[in-house]
Amino acid sequence: MTTQTKSPYAVDERGFYGRFGGAYIPELLYPNVEELQKNYLKIIEQADFQEEWRALLRDYVGRPTPLYFARRLSERYGAKIYLKREDLNHTGAHKINNTVGQILLAQRLGKKRIIAETGAGQHGVATATVCALMGMQCVVYMGAVDMERQKPNVERMRMLGAEVRPALSGSRTLKDATNEAIRDWINNPADTHYIIGSVVGPHPYPDMVARLQAIISEEIRKQLKEKEGRACPDYVVACVGGGSNAAGAFFHFLDEPQVQLVAVEAAGKGIDTGKTAATIARGRIGILHGCKTLLMQTPDGQVVEPYSISAGLDYPGIGPLHAHLHDTGRARFLAVTDDEAMEAALELSQTEGIIPAIESAHALAALKKMSFENDEVMVVSLSGRGDKDLATYIDYFGRRS
Amino acid sequence: MNRLQDVFLQKQGNLLNVYFTAGYPTLHSTRPLLRALQAAGADLVEIGMPFSDPLADGPVIQDSSTQALKNGMTLSLLFEQLAGMRDEIQLPVLLMGYLNPVMQYGMERFCADCEKVGIDGLILPDLTLDEYEREFKPLFEKHGLAAVFLVTPQTDEARIRKIDALSNAFIYLVSTASTTGTKNAAQSATEAYLQRVASMQLQTPAMVGFGIKDRSGFELACRYTRGAIVGSAFIDALQGASEEDFPALCKSFVERFKSPVSTT
Repeated sequence: MTTQTKSPYAVDERGFYGRFGGAYIPELLYPNVEELQKNYLKIIEQADFQEEWRALLRDYVGRPTPLYFARRLSERYGAKIYLKREDLNHTGAHKINNTVGQILLAQRLGKKRIIAETGAGQHGVATATVCALMGMQCVVYMGAVDMERQKPNVERMRMLGAEVRPALSGSRTLKDATNEAIRDWINNPADTHYIIGSVVGPHPYPDMVARLQAIISEEIRKQLKEKEGRACPDYVVACVGGGSNAAGAFFHFLDEPQVQLVAVEAAGKGIDTGKTAATIARGRIGILHGCKTLLMQTPDGQVVEPYSISAGLDYPGIGPLHAHLHDTGRARFLAVTDDEAMEAALELSQTEGIIPAIESAHALAALKKMSFENDEVMVVSLSGRGDKDLATYIDYFGRRS
Repeated sequence: MNRLQDVFLQKQGNLLNVYFTAGYPTLHSTRPLLRALQAAGADLVEIGMPFSDPLADGPVIQDSSTQALKNGMTLSLLFEQLAGMRDEIQLPVLLMGYLNPVMQYGMERFCADCEKVGIDGLILPDLTLDEYEREFKPLFEKHGLAAVFLVTPQTDEARIRKIDALSNAFIYLVSTASTTGTKNAAQSATEAYLQRVASMQLQTPAMVGFGIKDRSGFELACRYTRGAIVGSAFIDALQGASEEDFPALCKSFVERFKSPVSTT
């Protein structure tokens, strides 16, 4: 391993991807973060960790998730489209790959209590689920505004035994829930592990979460080899908010230049309307939640509340890996509006019988913005299922008809 | 030697460092508050630069930041308000705030403007020790700005020694592992920690902050260090106050911690 040249897309020893990343944390968090930095790789690479994590992914989460050839969709777009069915995971999205991994890590660090932030509630549910599984105390911070918008997930977390605490500061959404979780961690440094839900936050979180989500691309390679006789597709397409499912879907293709990586941001009402979550298109370099990355902000450096119809994509920053993939041109970034995503969700529902999460529908909507040859193979990460979005779908299509 | 280093050498007795958020309670409170705190006998002042996402702060300071931003506070405006303050303010003044607004303003321009208006030191909680050492130390020094670092009960001895070596004004001892404004610091765990740091015989003086609300907390801090920083309690006292209230309010606030010093 030591003689291998380091990938230009891997995190460096200081936690940076190019000019992005790092750990800009108050001294109050230093011991917690340092403990993680020193131990995360060691723990994740241990045989007993890998064994336990993979057994749980198989028997509890339901992995490997299918790589499904979408025949009718393929005919429509004139390419070979495969869907990586993360929506079929237990709890309905890719989020649980990370929470299963992090709770095993927390146990090995001797932690007794778990905290998490959540926006739409998917990561909160995935965290509450693994805490119930392991019998650990769980506190989830959620913006007061989001708690109102995503009531069923609040009830789900409570039924799983978690305490859901409203974030009442600032704009009362995901970024404020993250602030509150970090403050909780400051106040409980010894016994608590903070499970961040995306590839954001101070080093080592972006790398740690990416490695736990990398199971997605690990499976894609194996499954595609069986179906197409080659491990590498021509394209991998995934939506990005913070960017954890994209990081997982891209991970094992980063150093395969023949694979085109396409990341799809939420344009909201449109990238020029001021109501958008397209950080790559609209962000400037800044620091939030311990991480230097592209950030939606005012000229004075105050963080701006992003907008998207999808509650899972409205984080004001983006994972530092993705900012770097954009800088280096390794990935192509597209932005998809609310309307385009909703249209794509309806299309998938009626051509393949799969109702996607609105987040995942952004990745599907990118197909219309791409051109490809007939025999090209593409994998779209279907990161979550649409059950949680039914009310939004009903409201949106009801208003339109 | 700047005013900040001077105050620890020249003044005997316990030092009271009062924090307020720029732009709170009203947009133009900054100068009147500086005057009132100086007249009331505060020894140092720390001015908070409001940020939308103040990670290390509890609800009281968060809310004051939110209000300050609503009032229209920006870094440019703060420097305008502070221009010429050295004609009337002799107290050491520090700026405290988070990296992102400073970064957008431009670190070099920020440090130059600090020097221009007469700022003595900076507390930037998310500027890590390593990053300071690697990138910004020469810049701070060029503009005569002291860097103040935090130490917590979890900070190990080697790191405290390193912080001591890099500090040139005072070390900010966080009383308990907590965000600002949490419960009173007068607890035995706190005392053991203060004792431990005091016994290290550091070259840099220390002050205690976070959770200092009253005279007993202040006096506990002063038993082991040169004084304390009071933030949330002062923001609480400022709530709803207007400019004409500041002199009396600051006087009675300072007297909550320190007995009036004779001026002869």
